[in-house]
Amino acid sequence: MSTWFRKINWLTLLIPVISVFLGLLCGAVIMLAGGYNPLLAYGSIIQSIFLQPYYGGETIRAMIPLVLSGLAVAFAFRTGLFNIGVEGQLMAGWLASVACAIELDGLPKVILLPLSIIVGGLVGGLWSFLPGLLKARFKVHEVISTIMMNYIALYSTAYIIKNFLYTEGERTPTIPSSASLASNFLATITQGSRLHWGFIVAIIAVVVMWFLLWRTTMGFELRSVGFSPDASRYAGMNVSRNIILSMTISGVFAGLAGAMEGLGTYQYMSIMSSFSGIGFNGIAVALLGMNTPIGVVLSGALFAGLQTGGLTMQSVAGVPTDLIQVVIALIIFFVGSSYAIKWIWLRMSRKGRKS
Amino acid sequence: MFKKRIAILVACFVVLATVLAGCGSGSKSGASSTAGTSFKAGMVTDTGGVDDKSFNQSSWEGLKNFGKDNNLKVGTGVKYLQSTQASDYSPNLNQLIHQNFNVVFGIGFLMQNDVQKVAEQNPKAHLGIIDAVAVDKNNKPLKNVASLTFKEQQGSFLVGVVAGLTTKTNKVGFIGGINSALIKKFENGFKAGVKTVNPKAQVYVQYAGAFNAPDKGQSIASTMYTKGADIIYASAGDTGNGVFTEAKNRKKNGKKVWVIGVDKDQYAQGLPQNVTLTSMVKRVDKAIYDVTSKTKQGKFPGGQVLAYGLKENGVGLAPTTKNVSKKVLDSANQYKQKIIDGSIVVPTTDKEYAAYAAKLK
Repeated sequence: MSTWFRKINWLTLLIPVISVFLGLLCGAVIMLAGGYNPLLAYGSIIQSIFLQPYYGGETIRAMIPLVLSGLAVAFAFRTGLFNIGVEGQLMAGWLASVACAIELDGLPKVILLPLSIIVGGLVGGLWSFLPGLLKARFKVHEVISTIMMNYIALYSTAYIIKNFLYTEGERTPTIPSSASLASNFLATITQGSRLHWGFIVAIIAVVVMWFLLWRTTMGFELRSVGFSPDASRYAGMNVSRNIILSMTISGVFAGLAGAMEGLGTYQYMSIMSSFSGIGFNGIAVALLGMNTPIGVVLSGALFAGLQTGGLTMQSVAGVPTDLIQVVIALIIFFVGSSYAIKWIWLRMSRKGRKS
Repeated sequence: MFKKRIAILVACFVVLATVLAGCGSGSKSGASSTAGTSFKAGMVTDTGGVDDKSFNQSSWEGLKNFGKDNNLKVGTGVKYLQSTQASDYSPNLNQLIHQNFNVVFGIGFLMQNDVQKVAEQNPKAHLGIIDAVAVDKNNKPLKNVASLTFKEQQGSFLVGVVAGLTTKTNKVGFIGGINSALIKKFENGFKAGVKTVNPKAQVYVQYAGAFNAPDKGQSIASTMYTKGADIIYASAGDTGNGVFTEAKNRKKNGKKVWVIGVDKDQYAQGLPQNVTLTSMVKRVDKAIYDVTSKTKQGKFPGGQVLAYGLKENGVGLAPTTKNVSKKVLDSANQYKQKIIDGSIVVPTTDKEYAAYAAKLK
């Protein structure tokens, strides 16, 4: 136990914690400046999430897509790829799963529900396969191509819904209950929140990512390409193939996140005029989670808590929701400046040793 | 070493916590405890936010006015919660219901599904929804939801009368956002108004296919103005802003063109070139005020579909009438009376309009 304990690199673990702490601290200062009570605000978050089942359920519900999109970003990151297209892959997967559920209505639940989830994941994977292919074959930078794919997804999903799946209220029809992840049982134990079975999918995805990257040869290759493409090529690995593979798997995670929204939270897809933001938050979740599966789960929980708690903060302490976005941004900012935090920490500890 | 660091961190946190506790208390304490017995009314905005210069803002003005008239404090007695994304609708509605608000409004038809679900889960709560009719699984109105809708066709008829009498070219245009039952009410009301006072006038109709595409609005407006239309009625949300841009450009070049605004008085938006002829205003604030005061009197109109028209002052011509001639205004007021007393029934659908137009000939 003690050797295992010593093995953990405390410094790398501490930096995200300090970043979160500093983010919350700066948020508190801003709240004070704006005339709000930060203790009441943060207290209301903790109180609502841990003591009121409804908000606890909503937090886990919000975690599901955040964790999945965080995994998507982290997976690509491990291969040295920056997948900014999670947002677009998520939308493609969302629409695909909802469309599959609506079009194949009538199949029994044991077939239709898994099928819709898989279709969502596959279409998400397809959406990121293209940038992966462009990167591997033509050296098109994945940041640019995935951003552009986001816009293609945004407008083509809107077009498809408008012309093929339209119903009143600017959205697709509601999916049949045989494709729904929602559960009365989960809703009742959480006072009617929208918590759904998708959390099982998220847990499976976390395990799958860990297994793929750290327990298979394929994962070893992927990570090796991430560390150094040239060295990997010299070692006889097919770098292009690994880039495409990594992007595609990343997209599958993103597509699954979309399927969770479509089959779980909303039960439909509305015509979106702007991005949902889940995919972009996924970048922050992965960053804060240091691109590890467990880290993604923890930071996903934090972001979901801030999101749900932000609503409580608004209604109990009167703090505008915009401020919670500022706090999230500050946390990301401090994660980004981890180098500075590391430097300060090391200086501090060196001084301590001298005295 | 490690323990020492942790100790420093904990110490920092404790110090900070005490400091913050000292600063923050006092200003807001007791806010939630006293409000238990008095009347409380709340609303949840859609993602447009409370300062969207459109129906969210208008709704909040309605609640604020109600609060002022009934000595309710903003933030406790009357309150709004903003949604930053569509998934916030449900938790926000629930927040207010858990705090025992006497009536909670969901602003906009985008929230229909969430309002319905929350209403079913909380049968004792009183909810309201704007621009949609809340129904249960059997398509029957939900007993604890008041549906607030507007007779947009009546207001559109009046601006149609103004357009029909003001046009010099006998050509006017209508630009809609998305082709839906709601916007069709605007279109058919407008066409009926124009044709009633000016049977020779031609009405160009086009839909942009989006509420958030000012560039499309501008190009459609450009086509219509080039075809000879001198007045365009834009019922297209943000897309309509493109119509204003085009009209201003043309007026700068000496052409005489007008825009008719929608939802609120858009006179200021037409400045400095002064291109806003009039606007079809939708008084969401009055509707909210009305339902809230009914609730306070214990007469919550649950299960009802309330339709606010000219009679209830729910729709009508904009208060700014500088650009409309006195004669035209008088005529519009006469038609307003006729609609109110029922001698004119304004069409809402294409079918009704066809029947109406046939009667005119």
